[in-house]
Amino acid sequence: MADETSYRDITRNGLWTNNAALVQLLGLCPLLAVTGSVVNALGLGLATMLVLTGSNIVVSMIRHRVSEAVKIPAFVMIIATFTTCTELLMQAFTYELYVILGIFIPLIVTNCAILGRAEAFASKNPVGASALDGLMMGAGFGLVLLAIGAIREILGSGTLFANMHLLFGPVAENWALQLFGNGYGFLVIILPPGAFLVAGMLIALKNVIDGRIERRRMMRQLPVTKGAKRVRTTGAIS
Amino acid sequence: MALLKITSPHAHTAQSTASVMRLVLLATIPGLIALTLFFGWGSLINILLAGSVAVFCEAAVMHLRKRPVMFYLGDNSALVTAVLLGLALPPLAPWWVVVIGTSFAILIAKHLYGGLGYNPFNPAMVGYVVLLISFPVQMTAWPAPLPLYAEGVSPPEFLASLQIVFGLPGVETVDAFTAATPLDTLRQNSGLLIAQLYEQDPLFSLARWAGAGWEWVNLGFLLGGCFLLYRRVFTWHGPVAMLASLSLCAALFYDGGSSASHGSPLMHLLSGGTMLGAFFILTDPVSSATSNRGRLIFGALIGVLIFIIRSWGSYPDAVAFAVLLMNFAAPLIDNYTLPRTYGHKKSRRATEKKE
Repeated sequence: MADETSYRDITRNGLWTNNAALVQLLGLCPLLAVTGSVVNALGLGLATMLVLTGSNIVVSMIRHRVSEAVKIPAFVMIIATFTTCTELLMQAFTYELYVILGIFIPLIVTNCAILGRAEAFASKNPVGASALDGLMMGAGFGLVLLAIGAIREILGSGTLFANMHLLFGPVAENWALQLFGNGYGFLVIILPPGAFLVAGMLIALKNVIDGRIERRRMMRQLPVTKGAKRVRTTGAIS
Repeated sequence: MALLKITSPHAHTAQSTASVMRLVLLATIPGLIALTLFFGWGSLINILLAGSVAVFCEAAVMHLRKRPVMFYLGDNSALVTAVLLGLALPPLAPWWVVVIGTSFAILIAKHLYGGLGYNPFNPAMVGYVVLLISFPVQMTAWPAPLPLYAEGVSPPEFLASLQIVFGLPGVETVDAFTAATPLDTLRQNSGLLIAQLYEQDPLFSLARWAGAGWEWVNLGFLLGGCFLLYRRVFTWHGPVAMLASLSLCAALFYDGGSSASHGSPLMHLLSGGTMLGAFFILTDPVSSATSNRGRLIFGALIGVLIFIIRSWGSYPDAVAFAVLLMNFAAPLIDNYTLPRTYGHKKSRRATEKKE
């Protein structure tokens, strides 16, 4: 079973078809809480991706050794280990961002997207596939986080890439773009309701795109029989 | 498309949504006149601006949804939302505040949920709350009522008001005309007894009952509401329950007019958006409770919430928040207040399984 899943499918699953944030709706807590700006979103997105990839690899490595009974506790221990690593790394290298993200870094442990992938994929598949799955799931989650962060930052505070030096160091000191002038602020987008609104819009957008693709596929498949005639020509056709 | 279809007992005609909405628009006129008399042309400008934005948004959405545009515009519901929002907003609010609020109300609060009849929340109040949370500075800048102007100073004329609303240079900004509302004054009062406050603050001393200008605005909406009651656009249950519970709370916490008092019942009834809320907002047939018993509960809890948020919350008025919170609860109230059907003994809950 494991070998049949091609790397291409795994990639597409993680980034689009089975996207953790837009389709599975997992990990909404950090998704909604920290996406007020691009730098926060990117920080948490990278952290989540790191934990997800690491935990997937280790879970996949021990998948034959751990019995059913202690599977979940073992997974949680592994995830917690990686989360702690990430937390310490952020504390060491991006301390200010670590302070801003606060509780949401340790809370990566409880992100159901991670435990979900460990249970549903990594515990049944070889290491390589699991690593790619973790990476792609994390990337898909991170990209959605980034998109929401960008939209909320633009609409809510009228800037883009503000405070990026928290993540990238002094190089990013003047990356910030001021889009609408200085006094701009639309607080509701920065507050939690804005996160719900933007996330909902993104899900709707994805569904629209999927619908378009599906319709185009159906159109192509529709067999055209030669000599088909229109039977009914009277009455209202709605 | 009739929301209030009156069934069998021999009604002459069913009221169509369009005629109900027309009546509601008509009933806002006394309040609007009072607002214009005491606070200047701002409310009228608000309403005109909000009305055109609402009609535009409604038409655009109907076009996108491939529905007959003129048919849906004809039910006047977008216009009612716009007028109610325009009345609730501070006069002389900047134009973009009105535009953002109205489009939020129509596009997100109404049409994203499926349009008229499907919106769980009152669209006008959603627009108002979004604005209040996002732009607290603009939303709390109420112009001073007419009696408070010094001798020889007059509120801005119509053209000057337009210039203020659209931020054109050449006139003073709205800050030149603002004053605290009675609710603000009362909240910030910490040292004066109520009687002293009423004597010393011109906002109260120049008023007959409860705040210069505000009392007449509220009486105007009360008049309009009574007209709607008389025309049977809605039943008395919601408004009366709300006003009664608000008065009761205010009476309980009046504290004999001490400096820690939260204001007399009369003052609560005749200030802020009380009457607008009681007769025009919580009677919204879509987002309120449906049965008479349900409306009593719905209205009473709104009154309690208004008093709580006004007294211990941190926003200038509470009608919008209270109504939205109870909109959440309306389906639950409906579930437990299903009326007894004629000929059956006991009413059941809406979700109860049939035997």
